[in-house]
Amino acid sequence: MINIPSTIKISFRALKVNKMRSALTMLGIIIGVGAVIAMIAIGTGASKRIAEQISSMGSNLLMILPGATTAGGVRMGAGTQPTLTMSDAEAILKECLAVSDIAPVLNGVAQIVYGHQNWSTGVVGTTSGMLNVRDWPLASGRSFTQQDVKSATKVCLLGQTVVENLFGDMDPIGQIIRIKKIPFTVVGVLGSKGQSPQGQDQDDTIHVPVTTAQKKLFGTTFPGMVRIIMVKGKSAETLPAAEKQITELLRQRHRIGSKQDNDFTVRNLTQVMQTAEQSTKVMALLLGAIASVSLLVGGIGIMNIMLVSVTERTREIGIRMAIGAKTWDIRLQFIIEALILSLIGGVAGIIAGISGSKIITLFAGWSTIVSPFSVFIAFGFSGLVGIFFGFYPAYKASLLDPIDALRYE
Amino acid sequence: MPFIEAHEITKIYRLGDIELHALNRVSLAIEKGEFVSIMGPSGSGKSTFMNIIGCLDKPSDGRYLLEGIDVGGLDRDDLAGIRNKKIGFIFQGFNLLPRTSAIENVELPMLYDGIPAKDRKEHSLRALKSVGLEGRGDHHPNQLSGGQQQRVAIARALVNNAPIILADEPTGNLDSKTSAEIMELLRKLNNESNITVILVTHENDIAAYSKRIIRFLDGCIVSDEKVVRS
Repeated sequence: MINIPSTIKISFRALKVNKMRSALTMLGIIIGVGAVIAMIAIGTGASKRIAEQISSMGSNLLMILPGATTAGGVRMGAGTQPTLTMSDAEAILKECLAVSDIAPVLNGVAQIVYGHQNWSTGVVGTTSGMLNVRDWPLASGRSFTQQDVKSATKVCLLGQTVVENLFGDMDPIGQIIRIKKIPFTVVGVLGSKGQSPQGQDQDDTIHVPVTTAQKKLFGTTFPGMVRIIMVKGKSAETLPAAEKQITELLRQRHRIGSKQDNDFTVRNLTQVMQTAEQSTKVMALLLGAIASVSLLVGGIGIMNIMLVSVTERTREIGIRMAIGAKTWDIRLQFIIEALILSLIGGVAGIIAGISGSKIITLFAGWSTIVSPFSVFIAFGFSGLVGIFFGFYPAYKASLLDPIDALRYE
Repeated sequence: MPFIEAHEITKIYRLGDIELHALNRVSLAIEKGEFVSIMGPSGSGKSTFMNIIGCLDKPSDGRYLLEGIDVGGLDRDDLAGIRNKKIGFIFQGFNLLPRTSAIENVELPMLYDGIPAKDRKEHSLRALKSVGLEGRGDHHPNQLSGGQQQRVAIARALVNNAPIILADEPTGNLDSKTSAEIMELLRKLNNESNITVILVTHENDIAAYSKRIIRFLDGCIVSDEKVVRS
């Protein structure tokens, strides 16, 4: 018969005798559990941020860039050869079945003026498809109409950063701003998107109809030229199919022979980001694994102290044995002691880990997420460490010879 | 059938190549309710014999029967169970748990017998009362005198209603006045509760409290005689 409540009481008393020692032993576990929780929190925070960036970029997104020009053997890099046109974009939307929407882009940087304020920002010439392609909601006002794009009207949508810099708290809808000295009517305000995966402020932008950008703002090498075509696939699964369909269509439209290279590139940004997210997750796991080494070291600390304790209390063990303590009475007493050390350390470690994560967020500005799962795992693991590292000292204690133990000085 | 029966018990310790015969074919029977002193110089085998009687050790050869049960065939935990229920130990150095109150020390045997906490407390208080330590239950061993500590140890030996008390030089650390008190207490327990008391001592005046004196020398019993009271 083993009496657990009394054994727990005895264990607490034994641990109280050496308060400093018990506290230091716990510290190993506190650091271990705290580190595991904080590290996983950092990792989870990072991958959550990347996931948010992916969704801020728009889901199932493909980007078509024009190819590189070669001038006298010097290759100029992607996008230097103007090959994509509005009609390419329209054809993709019409003919590629795996594509749900498109947004042609012709962009540039321009100085914009409203009243006494002025601001330099990226002006994006695009169509109404942009908001759909990038899952970008409007904060107020309206988007472009087909008519706006067709007749190159001088209307614009403002990003949040632009609104802040030009209008402050004023409502910009219906106001006239000047882009490159040309007056534009503000018809809508874009919702906030935050940082791009590359760290750019996505809200520091103005959208104008692509035709307006072509004819009035930036000009084109040939009529209908665009810099990028953004494509939204119907689903993540059909994205490779969409990529293939687009490539075939554009090769055909650009009359590229079977031996020639493409004069454009299709990039699957979502995939790139998902890879980044994957690697962050691996990173989080790795951090957690490294942190659990410290938990392991903490466990060895417990074993060490328990071994010392068994030696110090040999006589006590002898008395208990003489009085009738059985093998498992003795074992359980030391295992419970180790377990109490590790579980109290575990709880304190959880508190340390959570507050540590908060401190990291506060001072380093990293986003951290303490998941209940990691807390549960860390706590469970600390309990296992207690049982595992408590067992050997307990086993050793239970094998003592009662006569020798009683005589031990 | 004798209460305690040792039949040709031999205990051999091996120290490297040397065999040490601590006990050499010792046979002995003790009836229930006896008060026996075991005497002899150190190294005579009396402690080894007490350890075997107390089920702390097993004989190398021979048989030890306690209430007719052959202890030789039992494992560690069975022996612990016998020590718990049948035998109360009293040691020269008291062997109380430090930093543990008297009452908790007395509760210890019941803890390993699975007795509920409420009953443990009740039995312990009664046992402490019977050794004259009423109201001292909350004292820790370092707050008690030697005599009082030994009384706590006796209460601990009594609390599980063990029929045997094994006392290994119980007065060795006590002055003569306290020794007399402790011996009177043991004699009272023997007389009134019919508890079998076996004690190891060097001192003749302590042995004089018992009813039978067995002397050991070189692992053998050299004399076994009743104490004649004048």
